[in-house]
Amino acid sequence: MSLIDLANPTRFLALTARVLPWLAAATIILLAIGLYQSAYAPDDYQQGATVKIMFIHVPNAWLSMFVWGVMSIASLGTLVWRHPLADVAAKAAAPIGAAFTFLALLTGSLWGRPMWGTYWEWDARLTSVLILFLMYLGLMALWRAVDDPSRAARAAAVLTLVGAINLPIIKFSVDWWNTLHQPASVMRMGGSALDKSFLIPLLVMAIAFTLLFVTLHLAAMRNEILRRRVRSLQMMQASRVAFSNETGTGSRGQNASNEVGAAG
Amino acid sequence: MMSLGPYASFIVTSYAAAAVVVAILIGWIALDHRNQTQRLRELDRSGVTRRSGRSAMDAS
Repeated sequence: MSLIDLANPTRFLALTARVLPWLAAATIILLAIGLYQSAYAPDDYQQGATVKIMFIHVPNAWLSMFVWGVMSIASLGTLVWRHPLADVAAKAAAPIGAAFTFLALLTGSLWGRPMWGTYWEWDARLTSVLILFLMYLGLMALWRAVDDPSRAARAAAVLTLVGAINLPIIKFSVDWWNTLHQPASVMRMGGSALDKSFLIPLLVMAIAFTLLFVTLHLAAMRNEILRRRVRSLQMMQASRVAFSNETGTGSRGQNASNEVGAAG
Repeated sequence: MMSLGPYASFIVTSYAAAAVVVAILIGWIALDHRNQTQRLRELDRSGVTRRSGRSAMDAS
């Protein structure tokens, strides 16, 4: 099956039905391994056991930006290539990205209290991530505000691409400004500053959470395709009723529009 | 038994919050799937079919 075949929603649904159980199983196994390794990772010489929060905070923080990146590519798919599943992908990703961003903020706050002495500080990293969270909520509101998915898709795509400017700001905020948040310690020039005993569980958890995102995203995309199919069928059913009422002959109307189009 | 030190409540709350949020996400997606397939089944039963002639439930 080539990538272009996935432009067909029916083929996409068939593929997700086959792939989702395997993805879910792989996610559960990797999460179990990651949680086990996190639980038995040594204490940090400065932070003690609170370093364990890193294994849950960092994957969520990475994903909060990764999901917006996925939505940005999908938005290009909507505006440039007009791929039929691009806006489905963007819309389905938004609530999942919002959840990961919320978790990044919450776990960061819970890590900050014992380490920094405060739950919150208006520094560049924390503030830019909070803005990312608010942008996720704004996008979700926009999708809900506009009834027609294709009209909402174009507006949401433009907003997503404009919002992508925030991604490098988040990434480099710790270098550009004097922040309470520590600078990058994994993805940086000269290699990771983390010891292997922390780095390996962190990477396993990051892969597990990425797999979790892929699984949930495919499932949410499947739901969105079905929702549009329902909407399309309901609209055709309503027009059939209206047509029947107009002509006064139910049988003619039924024959005329018993077969209707739907997404896929 | 591992020791989580004086900040155990912060560590446990972080993991518990992550578990709750992920569980809510999974539950919401599963519930949404059930709702959509149920609505498609109802439409199918009422005789509304797709242009291709296939059932609305095909490959869903």
